[in-house]
Amino acid sequence: MVLRDLFAAVMLSGVFSLLSAGLFVALDAVDVAFTEAAVGAGISTVLMLGTMAFTSRTEKPPQHSRALPILVVVVTGAALIYGTADLPPFGSPDTPVQLHVAPEYIERTPHEIGLPNIVTAVLASYRGFDTLGETTVIFTAGIAVIVLLHRSSGRRRKEDEDEEEA
Amino acid sequence: MEHHFILRVISKMLIPPIMLYALYVQFHGDFGPGGGFQAGVIFAVAFILYAIVFGVETLTLVCPPAVLRAGMALGVLLYAGTGVYSLLRGYNYLDYAALAEPGHAEHGQHLGILLVEGGVGLTVASAMIAIFVAFASRSPDIKDTDW
Repeated sequence: MVLRDLFAAVMLSGVFSLLSAGLFVALDAVDVAFTEAAVGAGISTVLMLGTMAFTSRTEKPPQHSRALPILVVVVTGAALIYGTADLPPFGSPDTPVQLHVAPEYIERTPHEIGLPNIVTAVLASYRGFDTLGETTVIFTAGIAVIVLLHRSSGRRRKEDEDEEEA
Repeated sequence: MEHHFILRVISKMLIPPIMLYALYVQFHGDFGPGGGFQAGVIFAVAFILYAIVFGVETLTLVCPPAVLRAGMALGVLLYAGTGVYSLLRGYNYLDYAALAEPGHAEHGQHLGILLVEGGVGLTVASAMIAIFVAFASRSPDIKDTDW
């Protein structure tokens, strides 16, 4: 029951993302499902494959015993399951989630923004600052990856020369 | 990949519909599920599929790294610039009512959301392609037998 092939692990995580996307559709969160399918199942899988291509295809056998990681996973999982006992029943209308800001958005969007998709109205208008921050995060991530990984053609030529000299 | 004839033909047929679908998601995000983020990712996927089948060098001929970096920055600038414009018109930052005549706040909201989602889409698409190119152009070519 131990999987050391990283290719299979990446593919399994992609399958997991696609299944969670289906779960989000079942929960009526279509926008989240869309993002999960495009980003989780699509781009992340491709990027992890790209990372794998210049590291290794199989995981090294662990040096230590597996008792501690299993203990951490079991304790965390048990705590999370214990936490679900306090959650309101699924779909119940009188939860804080349904009563806090949601009714206000649903009431105000049609005449203030006039968009049928309230999710877009909340993302782009009511919480425009958040989305600006998220866009900046993606921009920063892109810049960081380019700075770390990009090799300009001039530098590559110089490295090749260095290798030849060595 | 020279002999993967079926893959090349099928991906050539798939790439235009993927881009069209990304544009649909981008501009239909006000009415249905979707928006700039999802559209940007789908648009990037079209380019990444092209790079996987035809090679990263071929992709960098289509969109050079400089264009990708400029796209990433322009998207954020478009978003932030919309806010600065509304500041200059005397409204709050990112108050889209500034984009329309007074009394027609709804039109301003539509235009503002269109601009802002455009910025998000541009940044996300360029960043995703740039990240993929950065990874893929460093790793050695994977031999066909390895897959």
